[in-house]
Amino acid sequence: MPVTITIPTPLRQFTAGESEIQVDAQTAGEALNKLTAAHSELRRHLFNDQNALRNFVNIYVNDEDIRHVNGPDTPVKDGDTILIVPSIAGGSAVMDAPTNDLLPILSNEEVARYSRHLIMPEVGMTGQRKLKAASVLMIGTGGLGAPLGMYLAAAGVGRLGLVDFDVVDASNLQRQIIHGTKDVGRPKIESARERIQDINPHVKIETHETKLTSENALRLFVNYDVIVDGTDNFPTRYLVNDACVLTGKPNVYGSIFRFEGQASVFWAERGPCYRCLYPEPPPPGLVPSCAEGGVLGVLPGIIGAIQANETIKIILGAPDIMVNRLLLFDAWRMRFRELKLHKDPDCPVCGVTPTVKELIDYEEFCGLTQQPETKPTMEEITATELKQRLDQGDDLQIIDVREPHEFEIGRIPNSQLIPLGQVLNRQNEIDPNRETVVHCKMGGRSARAIEALQRAGFTGRLMNLKGGILAWSNEVDPSVPKY
Amino acid sequence: MIVITEEQFSAMSAHGQRDYPYECCGLMLGRFDHGRKQVLEIYPISNAREEEAKRNRFLIRPEELMRGEKYARDKGRDVVGFYHSHPDDVAVPSQYDLEHAWPTYSYIVMAVDKGRAADLRSWEMTSDRSKFNEEEITIV
Repeated sequence: MPVTITIPTPLRQFTAGESEIQVDAQTAGEALNKLTAAHSELRRHLFNDQNALRNFVNIYVNDEDIRHVNGPDTPVKDGDTILIVPSIAGGSAVMDAPTNDLLPILSNEEVARYSRHLIMPEVGMTGQRKLKAASVLMIGTGGLGAPLGMYLAAAGVGRLGLVDFDVVDASNLQRQIIHGTKDVGRPKIESARERIQDINPHVKIETHETKLTSENALRLFVNYDVIVDGTDNFPTRYLVNDACVLTGKPNVYGSIFRFEGQASVFWAERGPCYRCLYPEPPPPGLVPSCAEGGVLGVLPGIIGAIQANETIKIILGAPDIMVNRLLLFDAWRMRFRELKLHKDPDCPVCGVTPTVKELIDYEEFCGLTQQPETKPTMEEITATELKQRLDQGDDLQIIDVREPHEFEIGRIPNSQLIPLGQVLNRQNEIDPNRETVVHCKMGGRSARAIEALQRAGFTGRLMNLKGGILAWSNEVDPSVPKY
Repeated sequence: MIVITEEQFSAMSAHGQRDYPYECCGLMLGRFDHGRKQVLEIYPISNAREEEAKRNRFLIRPEELMRGEKYARDKGRDVVGFYHSHPDDVAVPSQYDLEHAWPTYSYIVMAVDKGRAADLRSWEMTSDRSKFNEEEITIV
C-alpha cells in the first residue's frame, strides 16, 4: 500500500532533490525503514546510533504526531502522508560542563541502591544524579500522595516537600498506604515523613504543616522544581494550577473519584494548563467529594503512581511527557483512554493576554464563600438536641437522604430513607404537618434536599441535622459505625 | 555563503539583547540559490524551553516550524536556516548544537556579552554530522 513521505528541504540532497517519496508499508516505522534503506545517507539524520528516532525528529502521519498514536507502530494505509518535521534545538555549551559537574555525586551506598536505574541508559549515572539534585513539592499526603511520596523517595529524588495539615483518620487507611493503623490520630505529615525516611534515608524531607493558600503558595513553589497536585478539592486545584503558571513550574496533576481517575502534566510553557481544560469550576455541590461519593482504594495507587512516573520523567528530561494529553482511567471497566488537550490562547492565566496575574481567592472563585450567606436561612439541629427532643417524646420524622448502601452501614432509629435523587418525586411521603429532620452523612446533601424541597413549595418545617450521621455517632450513639 | 541585509542583522542582534540572559531563536526565510542562501525575512520564535534551561538552551517546536514553513511557502520562500544566541558565550556552535542540527540549513550563532550583542557568525553542518563549517556572511 503506497504511502507518501514528504522530505524536508535540508534532507532533499539525499533523495536526489525529490520532495516526496512513495513506499509500501503497514506502519510508520516500516515506511521510514524502507525510505532509509533506499536512501542510506538519510538514516543518520533521522536515527541515532541505537536505531531510535532522534529526539528532535518528529514524524506526523496525516498531521498526527505518531508519539501521540503508537510511535513507530502507528499504522498507515494507502494514500496516507508521512511528514518529517524537525524541532530545532541547540544552545550554548557554557553551562553544560559546570552543570554536569554541579550535579551531586552518588556514594557507593547510593550506587548499590539505585543499580536498577543506573544500568538503563535512559537514567544512567547522569539521570540518577539529576534525581538527587531535584526537588519535588507534593500537595497532600493522602490517597495520591501516598504512592507518590513512597515512589519518589525510593527513586532517589533528593528533596521532597510535603504540604498537609490533616490528621490520619481510620477511614483513610483503605487507600492511603503511607499511613498505618498505629498512625490514626497523628498529623499525616508526621507519619508520611517517617515512612518516606524509612524507605530512603538519603532523601531530604521538608514538611510544611499548613493549608496551601494564596498567601503562601508562591513562596513555597519557587523553592521546588516540580509540583505534584494530590489534592481533592477544586479551590486548591485551581490554586495549584495558577501558582504553577505564575512560577513557571510543571504541575503533575491527578484526580480520583469512585472508580475513575485522571492524570496529566500541566505545564504552561509547553502546553495547556488546568484552566485551559476546565476554565470554570463546577457549581458547588455538583461534583461530590470522595468522602461523599466514595473511591476504590487501589485507584489513587494507580493514578498516584502515574504521577510519580511523569515526575521522574520530567526530572530526567525524558521525551513524551504527558503534556497536551489527558489520561482517563476507568478501574471498574479497566480501560485507559487518552484525550488530546490544546492550549487555550484566551486562557485567563496562561493565554496570550492573561488577566489573572496574581493569586486570587479560590474559595470565592469556586463559589464556596457564598454558602454561609444561604445557610443562616436554613434551620439546623445538632445531634445532641435531636436526641433530647426524641427522649422527651417530641413527634419528629427523620428523613435520611443518603443512598441505600450507606443506610445499610448504619442509621438513626426510626428514620426513613429517601435518597437525595428521589426527594422531590417522593415528597408526598413527608408529612408537612410534622416537624422534619433531614440528614445525610455530613450535612451537605441534606442541606441540598431541604433547599430543593423548599423551592418545590414544601410547606412543612425542615431542619438539617448538623454534621449528619457522623455527628450522631460522635455525640449520641458511638455504636453507629463511622465511614 | 549566506546573504543578509543590514536591517536583518540589526533585528537579530536586537532580539538577542532583548531576550538576554536567555537564548533567543528564530527562523531565516529566503531562497536557496545555487549553494548560496539569500535571507529575505527573519521570523523570531519564542523559545519553548522551560525557564531554568532557557539560559543555555533553545527549542523551536515542530508545530512552530511548520507554521513558519507554511508562512514562508505562502510567500514563495523557504526556511534557509535558524539563528540563536549564546548569552555570555562565544558565537561558535556547541556539541549540543551539532547533535541537534540538520544539514543544508545555515545556523547563525550570536554571542550576547553581558546583554550587548557581540560576535555573529554563521555555520553549516557537514552531511556526515561530524562538524560545523563556518560559512561566509555577506551583509548587503
